[in-house]
Amino acid sequence: MSKLNARIPEGPLAQKWTNYKDHQKLVNPANKRKLDVIVVGTGLAGGAAAASLGEMGFNVKNFTIQDSPRRAHSIAAQGGINAAKNYPNDGDSVFRLFYDTIKGGDYRAREANVHRLAEVSNNIIDQCVAQGVPFAREYGGLLDNRSFGGAQVSRTFYAKGQTGQQLLLGAYQALMRQVNAGTVKMYTRTELVDIVIVDGKARGIIARDLVTGELQRHFGHAVVLATGGYGNTFFLSTNAMGSNGSAAIKAYHKGAMFANPCYAQIHPTCIPVHGEFQSKLTLMSESLRNDGRIWVPKKKEDAEAIRAGKMKPTQIAEEDRDYYLERRYPAFGNLVPRDVASRAAKERCDAGYGVGATGLAVYLDFKSAIERLGQKTIEARYGNLFQMYYKIVDENPYETPMMIYPAIHYTMGGIWVDYELQTTIPGLFAAGEANFSDHGANRLGASALMQGLADGYFVLPYTIQNYLADDIRTPRMTGNEPEFVEAEKAVKARFEKLMNIKGKRSVDSLHKELGLVMWDFVGMGRTKEGLEHAIQRIAEIKKEFWSNVRIPGNITGMNIELEKASRLADFIEIGNLMARDALKREESCGGHFREEYQTEEGEALRQDDKFAYVGCWEYKGENAEPELHKEELVYEAVKMVQRNYK
Amino acid sequence: MEKTINLTLKVWRQNGPREKGRFETYKVSNISIDSSFLEMMDILNEQLISENKEPVAFDHDCREGICGMCSLYINGRPHGPDDDVTTCQLHMRKFQDGQTVTIEPWRSAAFPVIKDLIVNRSAFDQIIAAGGYVSVSTGGVPDANAIPIPKVDADESMDAASCIGCGACVAACKNGSAMLFVSAKVSHLALLPQGRVEGARRAKAMVAKMDELGFGNCTNTGACEVECPKNISLSNIARLNREFLSAKLKD
Repeated sequence: MSKLNARIPEGPLAQKWTNYKDHQKLVNPANKRKLDVIVVGTGLAGGAAAASLGEMGFNVKNFTIQDSPRRAHSIAAQGGINAAKNYPNDGDSVFRLFYDTIKGGDYRAREANVHRLAEVSNNIIDQCVAQGVPFAREYGGLLDNRSFGGAQVSRTFYAKGQTGQQLLLGAYQALMRQVNAGTVKMYTRTELVDIVIVDGKARGIIARDLVTGELQRHFGHAVVLATGGYGNTFFLSTNAMGSNGSAAIKAYHKGAMFANPCYAQIHPTCIPVHGEFQSKLTLMSESLRNDGRIWVPKKKEDAEAIRAGKMKPTQIAEEDRDYYLERRYPAFGNLVPRDVASRAAKERCDAGYGVGATGLAVYLDFKSAIERLGQKTIEARYGNLFQMYYKIVDENPYETPMMIYPAIHYTMGGIWVDYELQTTIPGLFAAGEANFSDHGANRLGASALMQGLADGYFVLPYTIQNYLADDIRTPRMTGNEPEFVEAEKAVKARFEKLMNIKGKRSVDSLHKELGLVMWDFVGMGRTKEGLEHAIQRIAEIKKEFWSNVRIPGNITGMNIELEKASRLADFIEIGNLMARDALKREESCGGHFREEYQTEEGEALRQDDKFAYVGCWEYKGENAEPELHKEELVYEAVKMVQRNYK
Repeated sequence: MEKTINLTLKVWRQNGPREKGRFETYKVSNISIDSSFLEMMDILNEQLISENKEPVAFDHDCREGICGMCSLYINGRPHGPDDDVTTCQLHMRKFQDGQTVTIEPWRSAAFPVIKDLIVNRSAFDQIIAAGGYVSVSTGGVPDANAIPIPKVDADESMDAASCIGCGACVAACKNGSAMLFVSAKVSHLALLPQGRVEGARRAKAMVAKMDELGFGNCTNTGACEVECPKNISLSNIARLNREFLSAKLKD
């Protein structure tokens, strides 16, 4: 157990972060120039951290697999970013944001981290406005807010339906300013393929140039992983095609613990699957639930007629519609948290009331909002989302209700970090979605952007100094040390092994097979039998992969199939960890729903006496079972109760 | 009941930046019209892999039209025949059964081909690095509501800021000019009080970098605006010209 020390500062909850900053070690400006920091990833967390560390005077090396740091998948976040500004005067506060986040996370997040997140949320909005992020405004010139699921206040700042894009461009521009100033060196189309440990500390990475296929050795006094989540384990998700969990798995293999892998968020409002060649799922922002009403037909025969194409949703009379979220959760209605909304949709579809050709869809209807507010207002609020839906589905959502269904969207689990965002490997830090820390078992809408930027701008640039202050006398390494040479050798051997399999199956065909197992058995409803079956199936897929994958082309030069194969090998490991963690966690909480543990009304039933802990998995070698460690969660400021959105 | 089509594809193949490229012809069949264009490319690649051939390399990532990674010149148009979408949001219902589809990379001196349909667009990053930002560091900034901004200005700024940096404007331009891209960033920031402060410096630095990197001149043909998947307006170029001229006159 000694391996897990969360290092939460002393003092009352609201003063912990201030106390920490008052007493932490700092690095003076002259010494900052002597210290190299590697940041992997250029999304909100990585981009913001690299820019901020560069501004402070550290020597930063920043890596991205894309052709430009502006492509990171943070860019796709639509709805908004939360902050406790209380500009609308509706009773918001730092404590309320903290409380809503803890409750939304179903009491499985660490109090001290979440409170810090709520505290810095307001700084983020100030920072972004100063950078020129064009947030939506009222006619009086002040910032506008909207509502999101799991909250009874309006605390979400937004820039049309492109908030992630605008926040990322803000961070990207700050980053490019540092590139211009020479404090940050950018490595684009370059992928982390291993982490180098020297004397027990993270001292660098092995990276692969995705254009030439060459391996590179990079030294850093500290290494920051801001590499996002692992939702693509499911093949179909709302993540970008390139999003992957490989950096997390490399860290895990080198001794970092993987925390709560089973906590994956299923987003309720995505465009339903259309066919077997589907490559990804498209999210429709949760903000749509502000004005859209979710329903299915009340009568089974109507649902059947719709599925057969004999009836249109607009033909169903008002009294024959079941607005099931409003019926089950009158207090929050269509704005219940994501996990609750997703399960409710699954419940209706499983019961035979689903619509669309597959029966795996429900309606999101704007008819009453358009009647109440006029089409112009709806267009101003959601125009780009409606256009996106129209382009994909070829139906006009102003005239007929949208069809939506849940899809994998975000992973709350990730690399275990302490209060300083440091992993169990000294000198290795994790920020943003890549770490596990702030969302517990379920993330609230508009909180991912908040956490990514909090970690990147306001937390990591402080806490990393507490570590680096002891490193000012550590000279730069050349990359020729035996640890670097050995790490590169092992990576090279792995890529050669992949190329030499010369089997028959494409990477995608294997990935889709893994994805289906994950969706069926490690998805929205999980059971003991299902998870045991999944573990067995994943082992079979692993065997099939390592003996029968086909990668055309060469090991040198650009080889996209080789990149994908390497990432799939890691997704298989993650799938295994997710299933194991889900099997071990005999309770339902947030995004993790074990069918054996539910209330009579079908709500998630936690087992606080047994499972109020962070499940942390330690790698024990290729053929050994990973070992579970527990970080007990202690709640001082809030009382654990069953979540109630009724 | 699902409608499918068969297509002949003429795809540009090129092994590396200095290699000679060529068109290869492929046939794909039973493509659902509800598939996206890139899903059709996935099907082609699965087919090539099953024949033990190298799949076609193309850039793509978010597949929801926002990351700006996908490109492709399809039948002579950047991002293909549909309006206001990127290639990843283009759907096969825009094509006819039996049609021949020609697929090329962006063609521009400033965007050299890396492999097949993938080009190097790092010149855009260099232009942003030259001045496409507000020079503020993390921390020590005023309250977000300290400066009221008229809603019309904020909205106009947002429209300019919608640029996804895909490079379609450059690919569409017969001169290979990056003026729409540069002007969108200059406008986004110049329309806000936070960015107004260094507006002149920014315009000069970004234009100078654009010229240095080998992008062509703007002759107001308007092709960029037509092909922009995000509807970035040509009026941004007029604003950039004003900014640039008034900055130069003060020198």
